[in-house]
Amino acid sequence: MFGDYSLGDLGAIFAMQGFAGLILFSVYLLMALGLAIIFGQMGVINMAHGEFMILGAYVTWMTSNAFQHFVPPLFPGYFFVAMTLAFIASGSLGMLVEWALIRHLYRRPLDTLLATWGLSLILQQAYRSVFGAREVGVELPDWMMGSWQATDAIQIPINGMFVMGLTILITIAVFYILFLSRWGKQVRAVVQNRVMAGAVGINTEKIDRYTFGLGCGIAGIAGSAFTMIGSTGPTAGQLYIVDTFLVVVFGGAASLFGTIASAFTISQTQSTLEFFLSGSMAKVITLLAIVVILMMRPQGLFALKVRK
Amino acid sequence: MSHPRLTNAYLEPLDGVLMSDEIKPGLKSPFRRKLLQGMVALPAISLLPRGAFADVPATSAVNTTGLAVTDTEVTVGILHSVTGTMAISETGSVEAEKLAIEQINAEGGVLGRKIKFVQEDGASDWPTFAEKAKKLLVNDKCAAVMGCWTSASRKAVLPVFEQYNGMLYYPTFYEGLEQSKNVIYTGQEATQQIIAGLDWVNKTKGAKTFYLLGSDYIWPRTSNKIARKHIENHLQGCKVAGEEYFPLGSTQFNSVINKIKLTKPDVIYAIIVGGSNVAFYKQLKAAGIDLSKQTLLTISVTEDEIDGIGGENIAGAYACMKYFQSLDNPNNKTFVPAFKKMWGEKTVIGDVTQAAYLGPWLWKLTAEKAQSFDIDKIAAASPGVEFKGAPEGYVRIHENHHLWSKTRVGRAKADGQYELIYETADLVEPDPFPKGYQ
Amino acid sequence: MITNSRFFNRSELVGLISLVLLLVVILPLTLDIFRLNLVAKYLTYAFVAIGLVLCWGYGGILSLGQGVFFGLGGYAMAMFLKLEASSAANTKIQSTPGIPDFMDWNQLTQLPFFWKPFHSLPFTFLAIVLAPAFFSFIIGAAMFKRRVGGVYFAIITQAIAAILTILIVGQQGYTGGINGITDLRTLLDWDIRTDHAKYVLYFVEVAFLFGAVVVAQFIRLTKLGRILVAMREQEDRVRFSGYSVANFKIFAFCAAAVFAAIGGAMFTLNVGFMSPSFVGIVPSIEMVIYTAVGGRLSIFGAVYGTLLVNFAKTSLSETFPQLWLFGLGALFIAVVLAFPSGLAGIWADNIQPRIDRLFASRGEKSGNGLIADGAPAE
Repeated sequence: MFGDYSLGDLGAIFAMQGFAGLILFSVYLLMALGLAIIFGQMGVINMAHGEFMILGAYVTWMTSNAFQHFVPPLFPGYFFVAMTLAFIASGSLGMLVEWALIRHLYRRPLDTLLATWGLSLILQQAYRSVFGAREVGVELPDWMMGSWQATDAIQIPINGMFVMGLTILITIAVFYILFLSRWGKQVRAVVQNRVMAGAVGINTEKIDRYTFGLGCGIAGIAGSAFTMIGSTGPTAGQLYIVDTFLVVVFGGAASLFGTIASAFTISQTQSTLEFFLSGSMAKVITLLAIVVILMMRPQGLFALKVRK
Repeated sequence: MSHPRLTNAYLEPLDGVLMSDEIKPGLKSPFRRKLLQGMVALPAISLLPRGAFADVPATSAVNTTGLAVTDTEVTVGILHSVTGTMAISETGSVEAEKLAIEQINAEGGVLGRKIKFVQEDGASDWPTFAEKAKKLLVNDKCAAVMGCWTSASRKAVLPVFEQYNGMLYYPTFYEGLEQSKNVIYTGQEATQQIIAGLDWVNKTKGAKTFYLLGSDYIWPRTSNKIARKHIENHLQGCKVAGEEYFPLGSTQFNSVINKIKLTKPDVIYAIIVGGSNVAFYKQLKAAGIDLSKQTLLTISVTEDEIDGIGGENIAGAYACMKYFQSLDNPNNKTFVPAFKKMWGEKTVIGDVTQAAYLGPWLWKLTAEKAQSFDIDKIAAASPGVEFKGAPEGYVRIHENHHLWSKTRVGRAKADGQYELIYETADLVEPDPFPKGYQ
Repeated sequence: MITNSRFFNRSELVGLISLVLLLVVILPLTLDIFRLNLVAKYLTYAFVAIGLVLCWGYGGILSLGQGVFFGLGGYAMAMFLKLEASSAANTKIQSTPGIPDFMDWNQLTQLPFFWKPFHSLPFTFLAIVLAPAFFSFIIGAAMFKRRVGGVYFAIITQAIAAILTILIVGQQGYTGGINGITDLRTLLDWDIRTDHAKYVLYFVEVAFLFGAVVVAQFIRLTKLGRILVAMREQEDRVRFSGYSVANFKIFAFCAAAVFAAIGGAMFTLNVGFMSPSFVGIVPSIEMVIYTAVGGRLSIFGAVYGTLLVNFAKTSLSETFPQLWLFGLGALFIAVVLAFPSGLAGIWADNIQPRIDRLFASRGEKSGNGLIADGAPAE
């Protein structure tokens, strides 16, 4: 298929394809980070993760409308406000859900799956009742659209780079919070041994609530960012859920490094396959490869030795 | 608008199959035309059978098969998804059908009976569609059902309608390869929608190479198959540069966009549906493909979808279908405000929504032509029924239960509307089993 | 081996008899054929739910991919029926008569090799049982031998369901794509669409269902069932006692898969088509919910739970089409939070004691049997 093209063309395409893979990597990582905290660290199977993302997307949509209506001159910068609000909204909802639902189920991880599935149905219908069944279009400020002309032939989407930058920032922030801050140490203490953590004076309930809230808040930011590349509708969250779980599980649930590595592997595989095959087959082969590898190496790419 | 149409309605049974093609719809005001018909009809009124005009025809005469018809009411069903993933698309159809029913009732109903509707939710789930269809036919004894959207839901209910002898008015443009006594297809089948558009883009844009894209299911695949046959066999020197499918709901298109950049096709021919649409057009724009320079022809993006995509992301793309909200004809000028009055200023009307609006009207006209609600008589009377008040202009039912309709090409604008660029001179014949395209 | 002196203890006997009464007498007499056919559709899910009681309730293995096996069974049945419906006489308008219509639309000119054996009904029956058994054996062997369990297993099975859906939808020339295999008409020249046939099929299905109940009960009461429970509670101790934990898990998973496949085949017969929308993640999770609502340790509970949730779904969606998801979602949460042992738990806690009081003089130990039997042996 490459016979007819000049070397320059091919080089440009491979460069752009490399970026396409990196953008997909950022998308996967951003989706998975929140879940890596909730599922990987806390062991809660949050099937409503996609709905928390969509909440962030709807918040972004409302913010964009509000800015257009009330303060049009500030519209170019609305996205940063929107992401903050999305974080707060999804995070607060997450803490509420933790308080009302999840905290009763820590000893029954499989039951969190059922309960959060119910929650996701309720949230979907709530979005539908409030925002309507139709998709909403989130308008982006001009500077976030279009592409950056690196050379004559190479164009890099600006929103893709934005997602990449955002992902790097959030990953660093998550690492800082979990591994360097005092609070993060408490989180990991609770994850590793809840009883002992309680015994040394950590308020485990509070830690649980904030950890869950943090995970959901990151989902909200992810949802907000995805308004740039995907659709915003009541059921859009379901599209992400399988991919997200697979990224986390494939990486080794308890390891954040694993999540990054697995997001990278999966995105590069899929993006390369998509280029050579049709989209559907690329997806099937990628999923199949993940499943086969997981069957051989169930602990995922990076397994932490955690005493249960 | 009610009086002229009333007269018109009572005139129709007399005429049987009304006039033929030479009526150029949209040239005259329908109001004036109907007024004229009404005046023509006046002397004829004395000739009408009493039951048809002075009072309503007896229930025993119009309903011999036990449908839910009383002296004052007739029940029809509305069967769409209001929950689940398809609710996004089907909402518009429900709204259009309710509007049509309300308008028909305001004009006195069908054969003197007001339409009462029973609405069921297909929940985006095909067996639920079959289950609800059976309920509407068996329990509610609906005289007609307006419903379904996806091919899969139609395939699921089709055996039910054939077994229990119901009448389905199906609004979506679809892949063809089907024809049933029990279904009236008010949307276009694939050849109607595809061939005229390809001819147009080949002639006016000089397009020679086409890149076919689609969501991975039967409608895009069948449509692209027809498109490919037409491109390879009927357009001089044209070829298909690539053909790709993506799982429903897929949101990552950067790789295929790179392939498109590599192959530089004259036309991107896109049949992507649902949420994937949004992702595709946003990523296309972000990748620096300028739709004012790169020709993109789609048959799947109506004004409804643009709402979610954002007009600024798709401006410049061409769509090929039979109706755009911006059509400039007298019917549409009354239809659009009526729709917005009922469902809100912000709602948009896409091709399928308009086709859904045709359903209740065509059924009413057919019932009045047949002077009966009986399914067999409706099915037999359908061919030849024409609806001159159609927002798209004028439609007529073909023997194969599809509609004769014009095919139009529109260009998307940033405000989310299409600007009409081209329309076929004549109505295009529906051909659900096209020879040479299979 | 059988710890109880009787196959069904008294409370289970009550459950069995009332279920027989309900399914064989009350429902057929009170419902018209349309509603009864709906019940038949619901009951096909009950097969899956019973399987889940074994593998999830007793074995502790939560599979979110039961739709895969339901689909395998359903598609096998549908392939047979479709071939029968696509006789050369019925399909003479096609460019290639004698093959299913969707193949013709996709330019296939001959029947794919893996469709050919489905001309034979015995082969089809074998396939319905063996294909899912084989498939689940491979999945189970690969995972349980490596001690993949719990949450991981759930997520991997979910991914398998996703893969199979994409494959079926994508390979529409061979599978009918997203429309599925529709327009099924006859089984060995016997029209399955008539009201009479629906009655017959309903009773056939109920008979199979009771067969499944008895088999499940048998598995539960043998040593095998006891080991499953022991494994769920303390997997390592069972392993240290010299049992091969993996083999027992594989068996439970295979049994659940076969039950699901039989349900799928019954579904195809009763509903008249099969489509990929039963294979994916959403239906698979819904099937788990039925089991949870019924009580994950109760075989009868599974049947009642399936019936209840589906009745609620149908009637809520008929009366409040916009609101039924709220109700359904709330039901899931309520079951998990307030009634973790589902209907069976409510029965055992609130109703069973009253019945026991009636029989108090009999001196038997009050068997809150539906639940307690699942716990380690007394």
